[in-house]
Amino acid sequence: MATNTLPEQPAAETGSHAVLEVKDLTVEFPTDDGVVHAVRGVSFSLEPGQVLGIVGESGSGKSVTSLAIMGLLPPSARIHGEVNFRGRNLLKLPDKEQTKIRGKQIAMIFQDPMTSLNPVYSVGWQLQEAILAHQDIGKDKAWARAVELLDLVGIPNAADRAKNYPHEFSGGMRQRAVIAMAMTNDPDVIIADEPTTALDVTVQAQVLDTLERVQENTSAGIVLITHDLGVVAGMADRVLVMYAGKPVEIGDTDSIYYDPRMPYTLGLLGSLPRLDAKGAEALTPIRGAPPSLINLPPGCPFSPRCPMSRPNCDSDEPALRPVAGLDHVAACHYAEELAGDIAAAEVFETAEADVQALEELDQLGTLDKAEAEERA
Amino acid sequence: MADTRVPPGADADDAGEGQELRRTEHGAQIHEVAATTTDREFTIAARTQTQMVLRRFLAHKLAVGSLVVFLIVVVASLIGGRFWRYDYADITPEFSSPPSLKHPMGTDSIGHDSMAQILRGAQKSVQVALMVALLATTFGALIGALAGYYRSWTDSALMRFTDLVLTIPAIALLAVLAANVSETAGNWFFIGLVLALLQWTYIARVVRGQFLSLREKEFVEAARALGASDARIMFRHLLPNATGSIIVNATITVAVAILLETALSYIGLGIRPPDTSLGLLVSTGQQAATTRPWLFWFPGIFIIIIALTVNFIGDGLRDAFDPTQTRVRA
Amino acid sequence: MISFIIRRMVITIPLVLLASVLVFILVANSGDPLADLRGRQPPVPPQVIQAREKMLGLDKPLPQRYWHWITNFVQGDMGKTIRGVEVRPLLWQRMQITLRMVVLASIIAIVLAIGAGVLSAVKQYTVTDYTFTFAGFLFLSMPVFWLAALMKEYGAIRLNKLFGKQVVFTVGPESPNLAGSFGHRLADYAGHLVLPTIALALISFAAWSRYQRATMLDVLGADYIRLARAKGLSRSRVMVRHALRNALIPLVTVVAIDTGAVFGGAVITERVFAWQGMGALLVQGVETSDPNILLAWLMVTSVLVVLFNLIADVLYAVLDPRIRYG
Repeated sequence: MATNTLPEQPAAETGSHAVLEVKDLTVEFPTDDGVVHAVRGVSFSLEPGQVLGIVGESGSGKSVTSLAIMGLLPPSARIHGEVNFRGRNLLKLPDKEQTKIRGKQIAMIFQDPMTSLNPVYSVGWQLQEAILAHQDIGKDKAWARAVELLDLVGIPNAADRAKNYPHEFSGGMRQRAVIAMAMTNDPDVIIADEPTTALDVTVQAQVLDTLERVQENTSAGIVLITHDLGVVAGMADRVLVMYAGKPVEIGDTDSIYYDPRMPYTLGLLGSLPRLDAKGAEALTPIRGAPPSLINLPPGCPFSPRCPMSRPNCDSDEPALRPVAGLDHVAACHYAEELAGDIAAAEVFETAEADVQALEELDQLGTLDKAEAEERA
Repeated sequence: MADTRVPPGADADDAGEGQELRRTEHGAQIHEVAATTTDREFTIAARTQTQMVLRRFLAHKLAVGSLVVFLIVVVASLIGGRFWRYDYADITPEFSSPPSLKHPMGTDSIGHDSMAQILRGAQKSVQVALMVALLATTFGALIGALAGYYRSWTDSALMRFTDLVLTIPAIALLAVLAANVSETAGNWFFIGLVLALLQWTYIARVVRGQFLSLREKEFVEAARALGASDARIMFRHLLPNATGSIIVNATITVAVAILLETALSYIGLGIRPPDTSLGLLVSTGQQAATTRPWLFWFPGIFIIIIALTVNFIGDGLRDAFDPTQTRVRA
Repeated sequence: MISFIIRRMVITIPLVLLASVLVFILVANSGDPLADLRGRQPPVPPQVIQAREKMLGLDKPLPQRYWHWITNFVQGDMGKTIRGVEVRPLLWQRMQITLRMVVLASIIAIVLAIGAGVLSAVKQYTVTDYTFTFAGFLFLSMPVFWLAALMKEYGAIRLNKLFGKQVVFTVGPESPNLAGSFGHRLADYAGHLVLPTIALALISFAAWSRYQRATMLDVLGADYIRLARAKGLSRSRVMVRHALRNALIPLVTVVAIDTGAVFGGAVITERVFAWQGMGALLVQGVETSDPNILLAWLMVTSVLVVLFNLIADVLYAVLDPRIRYG
């Protein structure tokens, strides 16, 4: 289902009732330093009521993917591929048609609640505006609906608060207001781009809770973009792991978490502290940094950082292929070696080097003593 | 962690010569990963901030071109008079003659060579402008730094004072101040002084703003924790970060000073005869604008060229110091 | 909101008082009103000079003179010129003339600046942008007196030829002995206003349009603009209701700060077109070292500038709710 190339079929016949289907999406940005290949072939499908988590580091292309779906990329961007929503390719639609879909059938939530709302209009007014943009009802009715929505997402004293300005709301409340705006027209798809990244952990839980409630109410499909695996574990049905502009592993949440088949996924999981860890296990960070998207070397982009890489990893970029059943695909030549319950610490080095240095320092007493010793 | 060494050659998928291979207990073949992995792509040489700013500025063709023109004008005006065959006070037998080979910018009704006069006028204007920029920037940066760093009383007092100076229209203040000094010989110096007395306020505000925000950054706290004195923090840490704004504002000061000085001279309260200024030349040339246009156009265009090139340089500098300003959002 | 206004007003009063002190010290030290009397040949007897000094109050110490002046000033008594003319009515009459030009030019400049700034930002890096940017730079670097002179010497003749009769005038704010219907007088005022106002407006517009472009670019890159589009609002609605609404706010402050500069530009423009307005009054005051004229002139313009800044602050608070409760 989620391979790199799909047979040419209209969306209605794929056998699943996917509400959103992305096929081979590529996005390039021409810059002064060269062409940035931000997204290099993303494909996935989203069913109603399903939560798809897209996970990746900064620069992996996940945000650009979501903006491409919404049609909100700058005009300099070069986009190829298909984004099929209810049988229509959004990328081929003129802006006017896309405007009608935005906010009504596909809604988006952005990362930073501090800057997402216009500071000069009240929160209620902005909600009202979202409603009036797509529904032909009177202003008063729209206002009432706005207050209703604020109440629904858990804003206390909604009727009064609706008249407040964004700077009078806390971060978590602002994000919830933005979620209210996203659900106001009963969309079929909600794209949440790092909705909790800018918030405190306790507030995160509240916001995610709100999102879940929204899903129950509207049975919308949610694309949850984040770099936080913990967030994804709680909410997502399926997970798509992105690296250097391409998906490297896609599967059900449980599959990915308990049976990762791509070293990058394994490394990500290993760099998380786990409550269910047995004893004092050291974390295993992934050394190095993601590659530049301008001069991508041939082969697998993760190879320089991968403890499992072999010479052919540097020359052939692996394609997504089924590794554990048809629903779980990974882009690794040696995915089979990761079968079974492998701990990340087995493959990646733990962060021990620093500990060693600190121990050495301890033995020397203090820094001064160390210097004195050197001089002696 | 049980691991067994795999002898090289024993496995079909060697990781490469010299690399130690291991196998995990589950059979995955792994090796050590180098800490830096960027050598497969391009390498970025480390550059100092000055180098980066310079590089960005030089990429700005308009700014660089303007810099060249401006330097030519400055050099020509400062020393050109000495090389030109006429002096600005010379009276030649050709009067009211249009531009010719002998007099590339024509002559006025008395017979002065316009080119010589314009060179002299430009010299005065440039001298004033550069002097103003130097004085105003130094003084303004100092005041602004003190106000922004010490805040509370120092800041309030200084800012009230600059507010005061800014409320009164510059030209009026200048007129009143300059009236006193215009009579003395070499008065361009005093005109410059007077102009500087007004211009420092802009730079002071800018530097103050910068210091106010920079002062809260962690590196200041760190410096203080290490025992750095106030003066050291201000000069070694804060000031270099404000350099960009200071330089950009200095160029604006030059442009504003030129326009103010010529305006003052135009209404007769700046540089006076027998000396000349571009503003003075415009005022005398104005009456003859339709009959002897060269007397009106050349001095005006000269003023525009000087101010325009300075403005372009300033714009280029602003881009060089802060390129994020102009990029379209991603 | 009311408390905000009152607070701002309370702050400005000491500012104005301080300005008065500064102005007084400045004027008192800048020239001798009796200079030409002292320099006359044959020399004027010292008693005459002393008597004049007494009349002008110059024999008293500085603080006393200040007190005398400020107490009179706040009651509306601005004293007399050296020649004995009442300053207040003179100033008022001149002010009306100059304000015509300043207000009209400011309005035109604001409209032009918004248009050019917004268009430049929206069509960044296109021909439109480069044209407006270049125009902005050009007028920014052009001395106002030269542009005014250009309009006077060339513009007037061409325009009048175009219309076949004299539509624009280049001397004074109105024709001498102007009489007739309101419409006729208005046309006359307009004809005299056109050229100087355009000159002043073009110079002011330059700086403001550059600023507006930068502000608009900042706003266009903001997250809330992206969200507005994601909500499904049309391009034009986002541009006007969200982008422009935010981009206009800083312009208010900039225009207020520049009031003094616009006034200064008017002073020079008046000179070019031989208007008997505030500009001429200033030059007269400076050339004769007339303290009462200069004091009144500087104080009144300072108060005006402070007033405009106050209005701008209030307007800013109206437009930006974040300030209101700050």
